[in-house]
Amino acid sequence: MSYQGVWTIAEAKNGMIKTVSYELLSRGRKLAGKLGCELASVLITNNISEEAAEELILRGADKVYLVNAPELENFIVENYSNVLIDLINKYKPEIILAAATTSGRTLMPHVAIRVHAGLTADCTELDIEEDTGNLLQTRPAIGGNIMATIKTPEHRPQMATVRPRSTRPAPIDESRRGQGEVITIDFNPELLDGWVERLGFRKNEEEDVNIQDAEVVVAGGRGLKKAENFALIRELAEKLGGVVGASRDAVDRNWISYPHQVGLSGKTVTPKLYIAIGISGAIQHLAGMKTSDIIVAINEDPEAPIFKVADFGIIGDLFEVVPELNEALAKLNKASAGISRTPVKNTTLAEEVEEDEI
Amino acid sequence: MNIIIPIKQVPETSNVKMDEETGTMVRDGVESIVNPLDLYAIETGIQLKEEFGGKITVITMGPPSAEKALREAISMGCDDGILLSGREFAGSDTWATSYALSQVIREAGKFDLILAGERATDGDTGQVGPGIASFLGLPLATYTSKIVELTKDSITVERLIEEGYETLRLPLPALLTVVKEISYPRLPTLRGKQRAKKLKLKQWSSEDIEIDRANLGLKGSPTRVVKITRPKVTRNGEFIKVVDEESLETAVERLVKFLQEKEIV
Ligand SMILES: Cc1cc2nc3c(=O)[nH]c(=O)nc-3n(C[C@H](O)[C@H](O)[C@H](O)COP(=O)(O)OP(=O)(O)OC[C@H]3O[C@@H](n4cnc5c(N)ncnc54)[C@H](O)[C@@H]3O)c2cc1C
Ligand SMILES: Nc1ncnc2c1ncn2[C@@H]1O[C@H](COP(=O)(O)O)[C@@H](O)[C@H]1O
Repeated sequence: MSYQGVWTIAEAKNGMIKTVSYELLSRGRKLAGKLGCELASVLITNNISEEAAEELILRGADKVYLVNAPELENFIVENYSNVLIDLINKYKPEIILAAATTSGRTLMPHVAIRVHAGLTADCTELDIEEDTGNLLQTRPAIGGNIMATIKTPEHRPQMATVRPRSTRPAPIDESRRGQGEVITIDFNPELLDGWVERLGFRKNEEEDVNIQDAEVVVAGGRGLKKAENFALIRELAEKLGGVVGASRDAVDRNWISYPHQVGLSGKTVTPKLYIAIGISGAIQHLAGMKTSDIIVAINEDPEAPIFKVADFGIIGDLFEVVPELNEALAKLNKASAGISRTPVKNTTLAEEVEEDEI
Repeated sequence: MNIIIPIKQVPETSNVKMDEETGTMVRDGVESIVNPLDLYAIETGIQLKEEFGGKITVITMGPPSAEKALREAISMGCDDGILLSGREFAGSDTWATSYALSQVIREAGKFDLILAGERATDGDTGQVGPGIASFLGLPLATYTSKIVELTKDSITVERLIEEGYETLRLPLPALLTVVKEISYPRLPTLRGKQRAKKLKLKQWSSEDIEIDRANLGLKGSPTRVVKITRPKVTRNGEFIKVVDEESLETAVERLVKFLQEKEIV
């Protein structure tokens, strides 16, 4: 049997499918369209109803392979890997996409080794090569300084993790109701590895640190001068419905915890809006945020490299600018209370890429 | 407690060059350093050794000059180094790299724990750590931010995930990939440096270990780099300078308007 079809690996938690799963369907739909093949989602989880899984169909999947079992409640890579490999051997998909989340980036390499597949990490663009039908996978490398396009000519399946928020989630299309099929697959207990135990979970103490999923990130750096001044950043983030990020300098000084760090040794974020406050924009920081849709910088040094990547810059003292900005937004929020927000258009990275000899 | 730490040598600058033909990096003339994220794995290993005793072996696959990375790790406090080098390894992708390193580890003797960096700053894939665990059939924890407990036959760790921290207990031997939060790397000591200078490292090629040559290098790699492009970094932004009360007000007003135009507020 030859390899056929595009798969996306959906993620769920507490009976809810995560948004990245729908982003993958946007990607998968485009590829399946070009190849003229089926699009399927694989959902390995616990406590998902068929109706909930059906949403994947409304958003573009032709099939959903649902493996639902209490043993699969939490992501334990060994178990998920066994289940996915079993499905791959049975159904032989040509392409598998997963999100470049902590679980996707753990599961996919584990599986790729065992099925002897090529795997490309953290892709921001995917396409199909015209003559060959090979998957073209484009990703930033070397701190975002280059974009590399990678393909897997001879091995199947072709596997890739896709950077979260690098595309819009596929919308619900009511006309697709009843158009697809949820295939429930009984969990085979022999696939349970059973060695690794999950003992517990705690949320990060203070606040929301899921900076990779946020639409707005307001980040502070050494210019803030001390921990207490992060209050300014938090206030602004709150007013914009965003979360707080930080430079490594701020983290190393213990002004804020590591999960907030953006950059080469922290997280890569691609929000709609990134505001850098008192951050110089060292290359290692830029590596983590320069693919954001809109970048705003507030810094007193007109030479700060952060301004090179900014769409809007205020050259001035953050201790004057930020309070004033918070006040202006407070007024605005009051005035427009009740009016809902419309989402911003997502510009893709593609528009910024140019070919170049290096 | 025998610990193995795979470390990678990466180019220091962010201005590395690429070979258009092979899609691999040109390393000549660029200063090389230990992958910064691997320093956290090294530090974690040394702390475990200090508390529980044992021995740390660092291994790297790379050109002969990558022995410098091993010596740096040894000067921090690691005991032994293995350099896997040879033309046959050139152009390895993460599949082939994971394979080669796992064969070295099989050869290196009994171990309890493998500590890898979360990702290397050049390739930036984070796939090699999980890849080695998969080849060797070892329990795996990625994004490890804390070691909670170590017993004779298990290790309990916290890992940093999107929603917070989860605690896992893994039987030993196991493989962990670590994030920066786990430790603060120490500097090499003078004594360490002297030891590192004198120490004889093991230099292995594919002749010295049991390895399937068909799985190595470019020909053993499922993936191919087909094109390199350079994204334009510079954006043409609007800039306002604040010098007094008035310009402050204008700047903030314009910014708010900008955010409204972009439909953020
Ligand atoms: C291997 C490696 C990995 C790294 N990884 C990361 C990473 O993941 N993330 C990261 O961020 N960095 C990283 N770095 C560090 C990076 O090189 C910079 O040192 C760091 O980003 C600087 O942080 P900063 O911008 O907050 O501080 P600074 O560079 O000190 O910048 C502070 C800025 O604040 C401005 N400022 C000061 N006072 C005011 C004021 N009152 N009003 C307005 N502006 C003001 C200054 O003009 C200055 O531009 C890494 C470095 C290395 C070597
Ligand atoms: N050539 C190599 N030699 C030794 N260790 C490596 C090599 N490449 C990757 N590693 C290890 O795997 C981790 C992840 O690397 P990567 O998958 O390339 O991002 C690194 O932090 C190292 O611990």
